[in-house]
Amino acid sequence: MSTRPIVAVPPEALRIVTFDAAMEASIAELLPRYPTRRAAVLPVLWLCQERFGWISPGVVRAVAARLGESPAFVEGVVSFYTMYQTAPPARYVLQVCTTLSCAWCGGRELVAHLKERLGISFGEKTPDGMFQLVGVQCLGACGTAPVVQINDDYYENLDVAKLDAILDELAGRS
Amino acid sequence: MEPVLLRARGVADSRSLAAYLAAGGYEGWKKALGMGPDAVTKEVLDSELRGRGGAGFPTGRKWSFVPKDHPGPRYLVCNADESEPGTFKDREIIEYDPHQVVEGVAIAAFAIKANTAYIYIRGEFVRWARILEDAIAEARQRGFLGKNVMGSGFDLDIWVHRGAGAYICGEETALLESIEGKRGFPRLKPPFPAVVGVFGQPTVINNVETLACVPHIIVRGAAWFAAIGRPKNTGPKLFCVSGHVNRPGVYELPLGVTFREIIEEHAGGIRGGRKLKAFFPGGSSAPVLTADEVDTGADFDACAAAGTMLGSGGVIVFDDTVDMVEVADNVAHFYAHESCGQCTPCREGSDWCMDILDRLVAGHGQAADPDTLLRICRFSSAGMTICPLGDAFALPISSIVNKYRAEFEHRIASATPLPQKKQPVLPWAGPRPGFGI
Ligand SMILES: Cc1cc2nc3c(=O)[nH]c(=O)nc-3n(C[C@H](O)[C@H](O)[C@H](O)COP(=O)(O)O)c2cc1C
Ligand code: SF4
Ligand code: FES
Repeated sequence: MSTRPIVAVPPEALRIVTFDAAMEASIAELLPRYPTRRAAVLPVLWLCQERFGWISPGVVRAVAARLGESPAFVEGVVSFYTMYQTAPPARYVLQVCTTLSCAWCGGRELVAHLKERLGISFGEKTPDGMFQLVGVQCLGACGTAPVVQINDDYYENLDVAKLDAILDELAGRS
Repeated sequence: MEPVLLRARGVADSRSLAAYLAAGGYEGWKKALGMGPDAVTKEVLDSELRGRGGAGFPTGRKWSFVPKDHPGPRYLVCNADESEPGTFKDREIIEYDPHQVVEGVAIAAFAIKANTAYIYIRGEFVRWARILEDAIAEARQRGFLGKNVMGSGFDLDIWVHRGAGAYICGEETALLESIEGKRGFPRLKPPFPAVVGVFGQPTVINNVETLACVPHIIVRGAAWFAAIGRPKNTGPKLFCVSGHVNRPGVYELPLGVTFREIIEEHAGGIRGGRKLKAFFPGGSSAPVLTADEVDTGADFDACAAAGTMLGSGGVIVFDDTVDMVEVADNVAHFYAHESCGQCTPCREGSDWCMDILDRLVAGHGQAADPDTLLRICRFSSAGMTICPLGDAFALPISSIVNKYRAEFEHRIASATPLPQKKQPVLPWAGPRPGFGI
């Protein structure tokens, strides 16, 4: 069972967020796809993660209020799925596949290298807020192992040198 | 064989509607609308198409379970969760030929008279969700979807619904819960989704690859499809080969080729001149096969006869440098992470296996460990849990213990005891009379 740590959040993250007109328009587009409002919980959470960067307690309350659910229900959904960020993420979230094909085709070397280069372990962020390291399960791209997903993008057929070049490039972006 | 599902791979601009139409796309949809739902279902039934998502259930039969007299809406759901370790075929179809999926979804929805279909795609597949959304928009613009499709009087909407990171949402009832906006907790069956599915209505769930076969069956006929492969194991199948082979990738081959052909001929054999040691024939939920079993046929029935399953067609290959205790440990980590937590045998069992295997790998094995693993696995299989994930961790782990027991014994022989205070909790390290296991 995947569990996640409870993180202390600053008081402002508890305050309920407001949805602007663009957000309301996107939600209005989603709702007619489903016969219940509850079914929009996952897609609305995705919209919020894009808009606010993470799912703060204030976002949970806003989603609950908008869709007529209790905050506890929405929080239950958020905590069940691994991809909703429950703390502000780093700029680049490095999701390294740790499952079979990747692990035995260079993935373990990538993990060791990343931990050393960034000086962090799984679940941690670099102090400058640039990189976050996450060990994930099979990403569905095992034929091009090892695979790292950085934010939304897949990077496949990696080795230490290629990954270093990618990180150098990302670190250099303004 | 001539590529069917992957015919667009390598074609320039293959994702566009123009390229799909040039290759004869949407002809199946037009033909299906003229045939009527029952004739479409009959054709798929006659083709003997079996589900490509894992269980190999006959697709036409599944469609025919939808109650004919149901007064309310019905739903068609396409399973694009693709989360079984070793599986990367649905992504390949979507990458090169998303309209094939849209057309398959449309025909299947028509066959069960569903006016709404959802494609449930894993959250990580951001790019492929966009590709599908673009294809759906294109198809809608051309009148292949929407109100009164091509003057037939049939309405159809297709929506892409993104998951958010949970292997269990590939399981059909967890997937339905997830569409409904909830945590992905599998449901007890019966009732089966064909009777009570998403939003309480009859629902058919099919895998991407299954649905991609459908337009071809409608255009070329059931007999053409049934002539590919072996009796009761018909049609082309996408095999995903990964691990220690020279040419990993997705290969489209008739069902019933042997794993030797797949690994040696198509995937170019074991890399670095090494020897094959073991392979998962159909994702990590399928019991492992040894190098001696490489002549097993890659179809549903031959795999079942060999005590394993074809599953999703994810062939994960290990060479002779691989330590099978570590493989078992990796598998245990996966399932311990992905168990939804509803059933004790699965939630605790996968965790205990992980603890024991971690300890074994760390060099602190104990003599009782192999039998303890087998006992935990026995308790989490054969109907002791709500969904098949209980079996999905238990069967591969027990197959590794049984087939590679010597490697476990070897580690245990050289193991050192754990410092007492770090002893992991093992609630039943010894036999428990009365437990029946
Ligand atoms: C734990 C678990 C995970 C599954 N994951 C997937 C998956 O990722 N994709 C898929 O198509 N089917 C998956 N299945 C199988 C589905 O439950 C279902 O049988 C399948 O989607 C039906 O489609 P088909 O009849 O076309 O094979 C999974 C099953 C289980 C028990
Ligand atoms: S078997 Fe495991 S994954 Fe399936 S419902 Fe039970 S606890 Fe959840
Ligand atoms: S094992 Fe890494 S993507 Fe599948």
